[in-house]
Amino acid sequence: MELRVTDLTCARGGLPLIEGLSFALGRGEALVLRGPNGSGKTTLLRTLAGLQPALAGEISCPPEQMAYAAHADGLKSTLTVRENLAFWAAIHGLREVGPALEAMNLQDLADRQAQHLSAGQKRRLGLARLMVTGRWLWVLDEPTVSLDAASVALFAGVVRAHLATGGAALLATHIDLGLPEARLLDLSPYKAAIPADLGFGGFDGDNGGAFL
Amino acid sequence: MIALLIRDLRLAFRAGGGFGLGLGFFLILAVLVPLGVGPDPATLGLIAPGILWVGALLACLLSLDRIFALDHEDGSLDLLATSPIPLEGVVAIKALAHWITTGLPLALAAPVLAILLNLATPGFGVLIVSLVLGTPALSMIGAFGAALTVGLKRGGLLMSLLVLPLYMPTLVFGAQAVTRAAQGLDAVTPLLLLAGITAGSVALLPFAAAFALRINLR
Repeated sequence: MELRVTDLTCARGGLPLIEGLSFALGRGEALVLRGPNGSGKTTLLRTLAGLQPALAGEISCPPEQMAYAAHADGLKSTLTVRENLAFWAAIHGLREVGPALEAMNLQDLADRQAQHLSAGQKRRLGLARLMVTGRWLWVLDEPTVSLDAASVALFAGVVRAHLATGGAALLATHIDLGLPEARLLDLSPYKAAIPADLGFGGFDGDNGGAFL
Repeated sequence: MIALLIRDLRLAFRAGGGFGLGLGFFLILAVLVPLGVGPDPATLGLIAPGILWVGALLACLLSLDRIFALDHEDGSLDLLATSPIPLEGVVAIKALAHWITTGLPLALAAPVLAILLNLATPGFGVLIVSLVLGTPALSMIGAFGAALTVGLKRGGLLMSLLVLPLYMPTLVFGAQAVTRAAQGLDAVTPLLLLAGITAGSVALLPFAAAFALRINLR
């Protein structure tokens, strides 16, 4: 099983952002997405995760096999760290949260409410959620935001362990993760040309995407 | 799915979760009406079924926008949409959690407030039954309205405008059942219609709401 993306076009707010993107990602591999702000990294990841439809192209891997992590961690401030994690584990049919807590160095915070965590600690909890999904393909949008250097190294170790057990990771990030084995994919060459008739088309059917 | 129900209930009961909000509103409304209308027992008894049902309806409305808005803000909704639970199931469970924390307490508290409003004694049983049968529809229709407006800033007002007209049949049959029972008449027909509306909402609206959520998450 691998992720194979063929000739993908994805749009944000009805405007095509990325065009003709193709890549493959097999088990045990990591792929880092690069590109300036607004180049469509988040849009691509949301499309892969099944949160929005692709305008064209094919994605070989169903969203059910991907664990998606975005800018927001999906934490409830009045639940404790353990309760937050146990909830996501239960949603994915798993029970054990201890190893995930330990891997992200959260075991000392396990009984604290999430509202009392620092931004970096919340992020670590958000990333620990990936480990309780039991899914092989991690789709991560800027996973290292607000992490300190030690936590970034910790996270790189977690990703490496995930790859070693047959997982794969697709990461959008601006910083160096310390994963030398990861391949790089620059999105800038795939930037979609903005249609010239923008704002006028749509009614004649050839630019219907703008009205989706 | 059980995990989601437990989480939502736990969140509702923790600080700031909003449990008791609807109940408190219902209580205050039932206390305010005799102050406004006057203490005449006959008048109060006459309007009691309508006041209690309108109060329950507005109390339900009060906490509706929390159903999805909070999960949308903290990113949980995106993550739930990518989880193994179908979004239809998420909608149904969240509506159920809303009913347990709002509709059910209202139904149980209503007889106490009915005394304040001087409802005729034969109406008490039917009042509870009608609220238990009718409030699930309020939660389910409300979840649909909340799903439609989830991404909007200050969508709560728009949601009220969308949801309140859809509440009309439930209000009509609910209040009618209590009125008839209070007058000593047979209330089975409006209760059956009430149950029918609830059954229809629970069967159909999770799909409509999940569809609306998918569009709003794009």
